[in-house]
Amino acid sequence: MKQHSEIGAMLAEHEFLRGMSSKHIALMEEFTSVDTFHPGDYVFRAGEEAEYTYLIRSGRISIEIYDPQRGAVLLETIAAEKVLGWSWLVPPYKWCFDARAVEVTRMLCLNAERLRQAGELDHEFGYEFHKRFTGVFAERLRAARLQLMDMYGPLT
Amino acid sequence: MTLTTLDAPMSPLPYRIRQVTWENRDTFSFALAPAGEGSCERFLPGQFNMLYVYGVGEVPVSISGDPAEGDMIVHTTRYVGNVTKAMSRLRADQMIGVRGPLGNHWPAGEAKGKDLLIVAGGIGLAPLRPLIYEALRRRSDYGKIVLLFGTRSPDDMLFRNELRQWRSRFDMDVQICVDRAHQDWFGHVGVVSSLIPRAGFDPYLTHAFICGPEIMMVNTVEALIKRGVSEEAIFVTMERNMKCGIGLCGHCQLGTAFICKDGPVFRYDEMAPWLTIREM
Ligand SMILES: Cc1cc2nc3c(=O)[nH]c(=O)nc-3n(C[C@H](O)[C@H](O)[C@H](O)COP(=O)(O)OP(=O)(O)OC[C@H]3O[C@@H](n4cnc5c(N)ncnc54)[C@H](O)[C@@H]3O)c2cc1C
Ligand code: FES
Repeated sequence: MKQHSEIGAMLAEHEFLRGMSSKHIALMEEFTSVDTFHPGDYVFRAGEEAEYTYLIRSGRISIEIYDPQRGAVLLETIAAEKVLGWSWLVPPYKWCFDARAVEVTRMLCLNAERLRQAGELDHEFGYEFHKRFTGVFAERLRAARLQLMDMYGPLT
Repeated sequence: MTLTTLDAPMSPLPYRIRQVTWENRDTFSFALAPAGEGSCERFLPGQFNMLYVYGVGEVPVSISGDPAEGDMIVHTTRYVGNVTKAMSRLRADQMIGVRGPLGNHWPAGEAKGKDLLIVAGGIGLAPLRPLIYEALRRRSDYGKIVLLFGTRSPDDMLFRNELRQWRSRFDMDVQICVDRAHQDWFGHVGVVSSLIPRAGFDPYLTHAFICGPEIMMVNTVEALIKRGVSEEAIFVTMERNMKCGIGLCGHCQLGTAFICKDGPVFRYDEMAPWLTIREM
Protein backbone atom coordinates (compact mmCIF):
# COMPACT_ATOMS: atom_id res chain seq x y z
CA MET A 1 0.00 0.00 0.00
CA LYS A 2 1.38 3.42 -0.98
CA GLN A 3 1.68 6.31 1.44
CA HIS A 4 -1.13 8.85 1.21
CA SER A 5 1.18 11.69 0.33
CA GLU A 6 2.30 9.80 -2.77
CA ILE A 7 -1.27 9.00 -3.65
CA GLY A 8 -2.14 12.66 -3.20
CA ALA A 9 0.59 13.61 -5.68
CA MET A 10 -0.61 10.99 -8.17
CA LEU A 11 -4.18 12.25 -7.86
CA ALA A 12 -3.14 15.88 -8.30
CA GLU A 13 -1.13 15.18 -11.43
CA HIS A 14 -3.75 13.03 -13.16
CA GLU A 15 -5.27 14.82 -16.15
CA PHE A 16 -8.82 14.20 -14.95
CA LEU A 17 -8.23 16.00 -11.67
CA ARG A 18 -5.80 18.67 -12.87
CA GLY A 19 -6.56 22.01 -11.24
CA MET A 20 -8.62 20.52 -8.40
CA SER A 21 -8.06 22.21 -5.05
CA SER A 22 -5.61 20.63 -2.64
CA LYS A 23 -8.43 20.39 -0.10
CA HIS A 24 -10.38 18.17 -2.46
CA ILE A 25 -7.29 16.15 -3.39
CA ALA A 26 -6.68 15.55 0.31
CA LEU A 27 -10.29 14.46 0.69
CA MET A 28 -9.92 11.86 -2.08
CA GLU A 29 -6.60 10.62 -0.70
CA GLU A 30 -8.58 9.14 2.19
CA PHE A 31 -10.30 6.61 0.00
CA THR A 32 -7.89 6.05 -2.91
CA SER A 33 -5.58 3.09 -3.42
CA VAL A 34 -3.21 2.07 -6.23
CA ASP A 35 -3.57 -1.20 -8.08
CA THR A 36 -1.82 -2.95 -10.96
CA PHE A 37 -3.61 -5.13 -13.49
CA HIS A 38 -1.83 -7.54 -15.80
CA PRO A 39 -2.80 -8.35 -19.40
CA GLY A 40 -6.00 -10.39 -19.37
CA ASP A 41 -6.98 -9.41 -15.81
CA TYR A 42 -10.56 -8.25 -15.50
CA VAL A 43 -10.94 -4.99 -13.58
CA PHE A 44 -14.67 -5.60 -13.43
CA ARG A 45 -17.36 -7.57 -15.21
CA ALA A 46 -20.87 -6.57 -16.30
CA GLY A 47 -23.42 -7.00 -13.53
CA GLU A 48 -20.95 -6.71 -10.65
CA GLU A 49 -21.25 -4.01 -7.99
CA ALA A 50 -19.52 -0.79 -9.13
CA GLU A 51 -17.34 -0.28 -6.06
CA TYR A 52 -14.64 1.93 -7.54
CA THR A 53 -13.93 4.43 -10.23
CA TYR A 54 -10.47 4.27 -11.77
CA LEU A 55 -7.96 6.83 -12.96
CA ILE A 56 -5.49 5.20 -15.36
CA ARG A 57 -1.85 6.16 -14.75
CA SER A 58 -0.29 3.87 -17.35
CA GLY A 59 -1.31 0.99 -19.60
CA ARG A 60 -4.54 0.31 -21.43
CA ILE A 61 -7.94 -1.12 -20.57
CA SER A 62 -10.50 -2.45 -23.03
CA ILE A 63 -14.21 -2.05 -22.49
CA GLU A 64 -15.99 -5.14 -23.74
CA ILE A 65 -19.41 -6.64 -24.09
CA TYR A 66 -19.90 -10.37 -24.10
CA ASP A 67 -22.20 -11.84 -26.68
CA PRO A 68 -22.74 -15.61 -26.62
CA GLN A 69 -22.66 -15.74 -30.45
CA ARG A 70 -19.78 -13.36 -31.05
CA GLY A 71 -17.75 -13.76 -27.88
CA ALA A 72 -16.19 -10.70 -26.28
CA VAL A 73 -16.53 -7.62 -28.51
CA LEU A 74 -14.16 -4.73 -27.83
CA LEU A 75 -16.03 -1.42 -27.82
CA GLU A 76 -13.33 0.99 -26.75
CA THR A 77 -9.87 1.07 -25.26
CA ILE A 78 -8.99 3.60 -22.58
CA ALA A 79 -5.41 4.64 -22.00
CA ALA A 80 -3.29 6.59 -19.52
CA GLU A 81 -4.63 9.83 -18.06
CA LYS A 82 -8.22 8.76 -18.72
CA VAL A 83 -10.95 7.74 -16.32
CA LEU A 84 -12.53 4.29 -16.30
CA GLY A 85 -16.02 3.52 -15.05
CA TRP A 86 -19.11 5.63 -14.44
CA SER A 87 -21.67 3.03 -13.29
CA TRP A 88 -20.92 3.97 -9.66
CA LEU A 89 -22.65 7.32 -10.38
CA VAL A 90 -26.09 6.00 -11.24
CA PRO A 91 -28.26 3.47 -9.40
CA PRO A 92 -28.29 0.49 -9.27
CA TYR A 93 -24.46 1.01 -9.21
CA LYS A 94 -23.66 -2.05 -11.29
CA TRP A 95 -21.19 -2.29 -14.17
CA CYS A 96 -22.76 -2.42 -17.64
CA PHE A 97 -19.68 -3.75 -19.46
CA ASP A 98 -16.55 -5.76 -18.79
CA ALA A 99 -13.20 -4.00 -18.38
CA ARG A 100 -10.01 -5.98 -19.08
CA ALA A 101 -6.37 -4.97 -19.00
CA VAL A 102 -4.70 -5.15 -22.44
CA GLU A 103 -1.28 -4.19 -21.08
CA VAL A 104 0.16 -3.91 -17.59
CA THR A 105 -2.04 -1.12 -16.25
CA ARG A 106 -1.62 0.95 -13.11
CA MET A 107 -4.62 2.75 -11.78
CA LEU A 108 -5.77 4.89 -8.90
CA CYS A 109 -8.88 3.27 -7.47
CA LEU A 110 -11.33 5.64 -5.79
CA ASN A 111 -13.91 4.08 -3.50
CA ALA A 112 -17.28 4.83 -5.06
CA GLU A 113 -19.41 4.87 -1.93
CA ARG A 114 -17.03 7.29 -0.24
CA LEU A 115 -17.02 9.45 -3.37
CA ARG A 116 -20.82 9.64 -3.36
CA GLN A 117 -20.83 10.47 0.35
CA ALA A 118 -18.16 13.14 -0.10
CA GLY A 119 -20.22 14.72 -2.91
CA GLU A 120 -23.31 14.81 -0.71
CA LEU A 121 -21.45 16.38 2.21
CA ASP A 122 -19.43 18.86 0.19
CA HIS A 123 -21.47 20.08 -2.78
CA GLU A 124 -18.60 22.13 -4.11
CA PHE A 125 -16.53 18.96 -4.34
CA GLY A 126 -19.47 17.00 -5.77
CA TYR A 127 -20.12 19.63 -8.44
CA GLU A 128 -16.45 19.84 -9.39
CA PHE A 129 -16.20 16.05 -9.71
CA HIS A 130 -19.45 15.73 -11.68
CA LYS A 131 -18.50 18.60 -13.97
CA ARG A 132 -15.36 16.70 -14.96
CA PHE A 133 -17.35 13.53 -15.48
CA THR A 134 -19.80 15.37 -17.74
CA GLY A 135 -16.86 16.21 -20.01
CA VAL A 136 -15.93 12.53 -20.11
CA PHE A 137 -19.52 11.54 -20.94
CA ALA A 138 -19.71 14.07 -23.75
CA GLU A 139 -16.41 12.88 -25.25
CA ARG A 140 -17.34 9.19 -25.00
CA LEU A 141 -20.84 9.70 -26.36
CA ARG A 142 -19.50 11.56 -29.36
CA ALA A 143 -16.89 8.88 -30.03
CA ALA A 144 -19.50 6.12 -29.64
CA ARG A 145 -21.81 7.85 -32.14
CA LEU A 146 -19.00 8.19 -34.65
CA GLN A 147 -18.14 4.52 -34.25
CA LEU A 148 -21.82 3.67 -34.61
CA MET A 149 -22.12 5.54 -37.88
CA ASP A 150 -19.51 3.19 -39.37
CA MET A 151 -17.72 6.00 -41.20
CA TYR A 152 -15.28 3.68 -42.95
CA GLY A 153 -18.11 1.43 -44.14
CA PRO A 154 -20.08 1.62 -47.40
CA LEU A 155 -21.97 4.88 -48.04
CA THR A 156 -25.19 3.14 -49.07
CA MET B 1 7.79 8.86 -79.09
CA THR B 2 5.55 8.08 -76.11
CA LEU B 3 2.36 10.07 -75.89
CA THR B 4 1.78 11.58 -72.44
CA THR B 5 -1.27 13.00 -70.70
CA LEU B 6 0.17 16.45 -71.31
CA ASP B 7 -0.07 15.93 -75.08
CA ALA B 8 -3.70 14.78 -75.04
CA PRO B 9 -5.15 15.45 -71.59
CA MET B 10 -8.53 13.85 -72.28
CA SER B 11 -7.19 10.66 -73.85
CA PRO B 12 -6.43 7.77 -71.55
CA LEU B 13 -3.21 5.92 -72.28
CA PRO B 14 -3.34 2.12 -72.38
CA TYR B 15 -1.70 0.45 -69.36
CA ARG B 16 -1.44 -3.23 -68.63
CA ILE B 17 -2.30 -4.64 -65.22
CA ARG B 18 0.85 -6.44 -64.09
CA GLN B 19 -0.35 -7.55 -60.70
CA VAL B 20 -3.55 -7.56 -58.66
CA THR B 21 -3.28 -7.71 -54.86
CA TRP B 22 -6.36 -7.95 -52.67
CA GLU B 23 -5.72 -5.86 -49.54
CA ASN B 24 -8.95 -6.88 -47.80
CA ARG B 25 -12.42 -8.08 -48.81
CA ASP B 26 -13.34 -4.95 -50.84
CA THR B 27 -10.04 -3.24 -51.64
CA PHE B 28 -7.47 -4.21 -54.23
CA SER B 29 -4.23 -2.79 -55.61
CA PHE B 30 -3.21 -2.76 -59.25
CA ALA B 31 0.41 -2.49 -60.32
CA LEU B 32 0.27 -0.98 -63.81
CA ALA B 33 2.83 -0.53 -66.55
CA PRO B 34 2.48 1.24 -69.92
CA ALA B 35 1.22 -1.16 -72.57
CA GLY B 36 3.61 0.18 -75.18
CA GLU B 37 7.16 1.36 -74.86
CA GLY B 38 8.24 3.93 -72.34
CA SER B 39 8.03 4.25 -68.61
CA CYS B 40 5.40 5.44 -66.16
CA GLU B 41 4.93 9.15 -65.69
CA ARG B 42 6.60 10.49 -62.57
CA PHE B 43 4.24 11.60 -59.86
CA LEU B 44 4.31 13.38 -56.53
CA PRO B 45 2.71 11.97 -53.35
CA GLY B 46 -0.97 12.98 -53.22
CA GLN B 47 -1.56 13.05 -56.98
CA PHE B 48 -4.16 10.88 -58.69
CA ASN B 49 -4.91 9.34 -62.07
CA MET B 50 -8.20 9.02 -63.90
CA LEU B 51 -8.54 5.25 -64.42
CA TYR B 52 -10.71 4.19 -67.34
CA VAL B 53 -12.33 0.76 -67.34
CA TYR B 54 -12.89 0.35 -71.08
CA GLY B 55 -16.56 0.51 -72.00
CA VAL B 56 -17.66 1.21 -68.43
CA GLY B 57 -16.34 4.55 -67.22
CA GLU B 58 -13.57 6.60 -65.69
CA VAL B 59 -12.92 7.42 -62.01
CA PRO B 60 -10.24 9.34 -60.08
CA VAL B 61 -7.98 7.11 -57.98
CA SER B 62 -4.96 8.28 -56.01
CA ILE B 63 -1.54 6.84 -56.68
CA SER B 64 -0.63 4.64 -53.72
CA GLY B 65 2.78 3.29 -54.74
CA ASP B 66 6.34 4.42 -54.24
CA PRO B 67 7.23 7.56 -56.25
CA ALA B 68 10.76 6.22 -56.67
CA GLU B 69 9.51 3.14 -58.48
CA GLY B 70 9.74 4.12 -62.16
CA ASP B 71 8.47 1.09 -64.04
CA MET B 72 5.16 0.48 -62.26
CA ILE B 73 2.42 2.67 -60.96
CA VAL B 74 0.25 1.39 -58.10
CA HIS B 75 -3.37 2.25 -57.33
CA THR B 76 -5.42 0.95 -54.43
CA THR B 77 -9.17 0.99 -54.96
CA ARG B 78 -12.14 0.10 -52.86
CA TYR B 79 -15.11 -1.08 -54.85
CA VAL B 80 -18.21 0.94 -54.12
CA GLY B 81 -20.17 1.35 -57.37
CA ASN B 82 -20.35 0.75 -61.12
CA VAL B 83 -16.85 1.60 -62.26
CA THR B 84 -14.90 0.40 -59.24
CA LYS B 85 -16.84 -2.91 -59.22
CA ALA B 86 -16.04 -3.42 -62.90
CA MET B 87 -12.43 -2.56 -62.09
CA SER B 88 -12.35 -5.17 -59.33
CA ARG B 89 -13.17 -7.84 -61.94
CA LEU B 90 -10.12 -7.04 -64.06
CA ARG B 91 -7.27 -9.52 -63.88
CA ALA B 92 -3.52 -9.40 -64.45
CA ASP B 93 -2.60 -8.85 -68.12
CA GLN B 94 -5.85 -6.99 -68.91
CA MET B 95 -5.81 -3.36 -70.01
CA ILE B 96 -6.92 -0.20 -68.29
CA GLY B 97 -6.81 3.45 -69.43
CA VAL B 98 -4.76 5.95 -67.41
CA ARG B 99 -4.94 9.72 -67.53
CA GLY B 100 -2.56 11.60 -65.27
CA PRO B 101 -0.89 12.18 -62.94
CA LEU B 102 -3.29 14.96 -62.02
CA GLY B 103 -3.83 17.39 -59.17
CA ASN B 104 -1.45 18.86 -56.63
CA HIS B 105 0.56 17.04 -53.96
CA TRP B 106 1.23 16.89 -50.22
CA PRO B 107 3.52 19.84 -49.42
CA ALA B 108 6.07 17.67 -47.65
CA GLY B 109 8.84 20.19 -48.42
CA GLU B 110 7.18 22.74 -46.13
CA ALA B 111 7.39 20.25 -43.30
CA LYS B 112 11.19 20.04 -43.40
CA GLY B 113 12.67 20.32 -39.94
CA LYS B 114 9.27 19.69 -38.34
CA ASP B 115 7.52 16.65 -36.97
CA LEU B 116 5.37 14.87 -39.52
CA LEU B 117 1.98 13.68 -38.38
CA ILE B 118 0.04 11.52 -40.82
CA VAL B 119 -3.55 10.64 -39.98
CA ALA B 120 -5.35 8.20 -42.27
CA GLY B 121 -8.85 6.80 -42.15
CA GLY B 122 -9.74 3.63 -44.10
CA ILE B 123 -8.87 3.88 -47.81
CA GLY B 124 -7.38 7.31 -46.95
CA LEU B 125 -4.12 5.51 -46.24
CA ALA B 126 -3.69 4.92 -50.00
CA PRO B 127 -2.92 8.54 -51.01
CA LEU B 128 -0.69 8.91 -47.94
CA ARG B 129 1.46 5.85 -48.58
CA PRO B 130 3.63 7.58 -51.22
CA LEU B 131 4.21 10.41 -48.75
CA ILE B 132 5.35 7.91 -46.11
CA TYR B 133 7.74 6.22 -48.58
CA GLU B 134 9.19 9.62 -49.47
CA ALA B 135 9.44 10.82 -45.87
CA LEU B 136 11.27 7.65 -44.82
CA ARG B 137 13.62 8.02 -47.77
CA ARG B 138 14.42 11.56 -46.55
CA ARG B 139 14.20 10.59 -42.89
CA SER B 140 16.73 13.16 -41.71
CA ASP B 141 14.58 16.00 -43.09
CA TYR B 142 12.02 15.51 -40.33
CA GLY B 143 11.76 15.31 -36.59
CA LYS B 144 9.34 12.65 -35.43
CA ILE B 145 7.22 10.77 -37.91
CA VAL B 146 3.92 9.62 -36.48
CA LEU B 147 1.26 7.64 -38.36
CA LEU B 148 -2.19 7.30 -36.83
CA PHE B 149 -4.40 4.95 -38.83
CA GLY B 150 -8.10 4.43 -38.17
CA THR B 151 -10.02 1.62 -39.80
CA ARG B 152 -13.22 -0.31 -39.35
CA SER B 153 -11.88 -3.56 -37.90
CA PRO B 154 -8.63 -5.54 -37.93
CA ASP B 155 -9.93 -7.43 -41.00
CA ASP B 156 -10.30 -4.15 -42.92
CA MET B 157 -6.64 -3.20 -42.52
CA LEU B 158 -4.75 -2.13 -45.65
CA PHE B 159 -1.06 -2.58 -46.45
CA ARG B 160 -0.42 -5.04 -43.63
CA ASN B 161 3.18 -5.70 -44.66
CA GLU B 162 4.11 -2.03 -44.72
CA LEU B 163 2.32 -1.34 -41.45
CA ARG B 164 4.27 -4.19 -39.87
CA GLN B 165 7.57 -2.89 -41.27
CA TRP B 166 6.87 0.70 -40.25
CA ARG B 167 5.85 -0.39 -36.75
CA SER B 168 9.11 -2.23 -36.32
CA ARG B 169 11.21 0.88 -37.09
CA PHE B 170 12.73 2.84 -34.25
CA ASP B 171 12.36 6.14 -36.08
CA MET B 172 8.62 6.03 -36.69
CA ASP B 173 5.62 5.76 -34.39
CA VAL B 174 2.65 3.85 -35.82
CA GLN B 175 -0.63 3.54 -33.97
CA ILE B 176 -3.68 1.78 -35.30
CA CYS B 177 -7.20 2.29 -34.05
CA VAL B 178 -10.26 0.26 -35.07
CA ASP B 179 -13.97 0.87 -34.53
CA ARG B 180 -14.53 -2.64 -33.22
CA ALA B 181 -12.54 -5.79 -32.58
CA HIS B 182 -12.29 -9.07 -30.72
CA GLN B 183 -9.97 -10.08 -27.92
CA ASP B 184 -7.18 -11.11 -30.28
CA TRP B 185 -6.67 -7.41 -31.11
CA PHE B 186 -4.05 -5.63 -29.00
CA GLY B 187 -4.29 -2.17 -30.58
CA HIS B 188 -6.60 0.72 -29.83
CA VAL B 189 -10.37 0.66 -30.19
CA GLY B 190 -12.22 3.94 -30.72
CA VAL B 191 -12.06 6.94 -33.01
CA VAL B 192 -8.63 7.74 -34.46
CA SER B 193 -8.80 11.33 -33.17
CA SER B 194 -8.73 9.94 -29.61
CA LEU B 195 -5.03 9.09 -30.19
CA ILE B 196 -4.07 12.71 -30.83
CA PRO B 197 -3.90 14.04 -27.26
CA ARG B 198 -1.12 11.58 -26.37
CA ALA B 199 0.62 11.05 -29.71
CA GLY B 200 4.33 11.86 -29.62
CA PHE B 201 4.67 15.04 -31.73
CA ASP B 202 5.36 18.66 -30.89
CA PRO B 203 2.10 20.49 -31.66
CA TYR B 204 3.89 23.77 -32.32
CA LEU B 205 6.40 22.25 -34.72
CA THR B 206 4.30 19.76 -36.64
CA HIS B 207 2.83 19.51 -40.11
CA ALA B 208 -0.25 17.28 -40.19
CA PHE B 209 -1.47 15.47 -43.32
CA ILE B 210 -4.94 13.94 -43.11
CA CYS B 211 -6.95 11.78 -45.49
CA GLY B 212 -10.15 9.88 -44.79
CA PRO B 213 -13.90 10.31 -44.61
CA GLU B 214 -14.78 13.99 -44.15
CA ILE B 215 -16.31 13.46 -40.69
CA MET B 216 -13.11 11.77 -39.56
CA MET B 217 -11.01 14.63 -40.95
CA VAL B 218 -13.13 17.31 -39.26
CA ASN B 219 -12.89 15.43 -35.97
CA THR B 220 -9.17 14.98 -36.32
CA VAL B 221 -8.62 18.66 -37.14
CA GLU B 222 -10.61 19.63 -34.04
CA ALA B 223 -8.41 17.42 -31.85
CA LEU B 224 -5.25 18.84 -33.48
CA ILE B 225 -6.30 22.44 -32.95
CA LYS B 226 -7.19 21.61 -29.33
CA ARG B 227 -3.68 20.25 -28.91
CA GLY B 228 -2.17 23.46 -30.32
CA VAL B 229 -1.46 22.66 -33.98
CA SER B 230 -2.18 25.73 -36.12
CA GLU B 231 -4.72 25.54 -38.95
CA GLU B 232 -2.01 26.60 -41.42
CA ALA B 233 0.00 23.48 -40.59
CA ILE B 234 -2.88 21.07 -41.30
CA PHE B 235 -3.48 19.65 -44.78
CA VAL B 236 -6.47 17.58 -45.88
CA THR B 237 -7.56 15.95 -49.15
CA MET B 238 -10.98 16.51 -50.59
CA GLU B 239 -13.00 14.14 -52.76
CA ARG B 240 -15.75 15.12 -55.13
CA ASN B 241 -17.13 13.48 -58.28
CA MET B 242 -14.96 14.23 -61.28
CA LYS B 243 -15.34 14.16 -65.04
CA CYS B 244 -12.51 15.93 -66.85
CA GLY B 245 -9.96 15.93 -64.02
CA ILE B 246 -8.20 18.95 -65.48
CA GLY B 247 -10.27 21.97 -64.44
CA LEU B 248 -12.49 22.26 -67.52
CA CYS B 249 -15.95 20.94 -66.69
CA GLY B 250 -16.60 22.34 -63.21
CA HIS B 251 -17.89 18.98 -61.96
CA CYS B 252 -15.64 18.94 -58.92
CA GLN B 253 -16.07 22.56 -57.88
CA LEU B 254 -16.11 23.22 -54.14
CA GLY B 255 -16.49 26.88 -53.32
CA THR B 256 -14.04 28.71 -55.50
CA ALA B 257 -11.76 25.71 -55.96
CA PHE B 258 -11.69 22.89 -58.47
CA ILE B 259 -10.68 19.81 -56.52
CA CYS B 260 -9.05 18.23 -59.57
CA LYS B 261 -6.81 21.17 -60.39
CA ASP B 262 -6.37 23.19 -57.17
CA GLY B 263 -6.51 20.04 -55.02
CA PRO B 264 -7.06 17.35 -53.98
CA VAL B 265 -4.72 18.54 -51.18
CA PHE B 266 -5.75 21.74 -49.40
CA ARG B 267 -4.49 23.65 -46.41
CA TYR B 268 -7.20 23.26 -43.81
CA ASP B 269 -7.86 26.98 -43.23
CA GLU B 270 -8.45 27.46 -46.96
CA MET B 271 -11.00 24.65 -47.12
CA ALA B 272 -12.66 25.07 -43.69
CA PRO B 273 -15.43 27.51 -44.76
CA TRP B 274 -16.69 25.07 -47.40
CA LEU B 275 -16.63 21.99 -45.19
CA THR B 276 -19.52 23.20 -43.07
CA ILE B 277 -21.87 24.05 -45.96
CA ARG B 278 -24.18 21.08 -46.43
CA GLU B 279 -25.09 21.54 -50.10
CA MET B 280 -21.40 21.52 -51.02
C1 LIG C 1 -8.97 12.90 -56.03
C2 LIG C 1 -9.63 11.61 -55.69
C3 LIG C 1 -8.86 10.53 -55.32
C4 LIG C 1 -9.46 9.30 -55.01
N1 LIG C 1 -8.68 8.25 -54.65
C5 LIG C 1 -9.23 7.06 -54.39
C6 LIG C 1 -8.42 5.95 -54.04
O1 LIG C 1 -7.20 6.04 -53.96
N2 LIG C 1 -9.04 4.77 -53.81
C7 LIG C 1 -10.41 4.62 -53.89
O2 LIG C 1 -10.91 3.53 -53.67
N3 LIG C 1 -11.19 5.67 -54.17
C8 LIG C 1 -10.65 6.88 -54.46
N4 LIG C 1 -11.45 7.93 -54.80
C9 LIG C 1 -12.89 7.71 -54.84
C10 LIG C 1 -13.30 7.07 -56.16
O3 LIG C 1 -13.06 7.97 -57.19
C11 LIG C 1 -14.78 6.70 -56.08
O4 LIG C 1 -14.96 5.66 -55.18
C12 LIG C 1 -15.30 6.29 -57.45
O5 LIG C 1 -15.38 7.43 -58.27
C13 LIG C 1 -16.66 5.67 -57.33
O6 LIG C 1 -17.10 5.36 -58.64
P1 LIG C 1 -18.09 4.15 -58.92
O7 LIG C 1 -18.59 4.29 -60.31
O8 LIG C 1 -17.47 2.87 -58.57
O9 LIG C 1 -19.25 4.41 -57.89
P2 LIG C 1 -20.57 5.27 -58.14
O10 LIG C 1 -21.48 4.46 -59.01
O11 LIG C 1 -20.19 6.63 -58.55
O12 LIG C 1 -21.15 5.26 -56.68
C14 LIG C 1 -21.82 4.09 -56.18
C15 LIG C 1 -22.08 4.22 -54.71
O13 LIG C 1 -20.84 4.36 -54.01
C16 LIG C 1 -20.84 5.53 -53.24
N5 LIG C 1 -19.52 6.14 -53.31
C17 LIG C 1 -19.02 6.92 -54.29
N6 LIG C 1 -17.78 7.32 -53.96
C18 LIG C 1 -17.48 6.76 -52.78
C19 LIG C 1 -16.35 6.81 -51.93
N7 LIG C 1 -15.28 7.52 -52.23
N8 LIG C 1 -16.38 6.09 -50.77
C20 LIG C 1 -17.45 5.36 -50.44
N9 LIG C 1 -18.55 5.28 -51.21
C21 LIG C 1 -18.58 5.98 -52.36
C22 LIG C 1 -21.88 6.43 -53.89
O14 LIG C 1 -22.46 7.29 -52.91
C23 LIG C 1 -22.89 5.46 -54.38
O15 LIG C 1 -23.79 5.10 -53.38
C24 LIG C 1 -10.87 9.16 -55.08
C25 LIG C 1 -11.65 10.27 -55.45
C26 LIG C 1 -11.05 11.47 -55.75
C27 LIG C 1 -11.88 12.63 -56.13
S1 FES D 1 -13.41 17.38 -62.85
FE1 FES D 1 -13.79 18.83 -64.41
S2 FES D 1 -13.23 20.66 -63.42
FE2 FES D 1 -12.67 19.15 -62.00
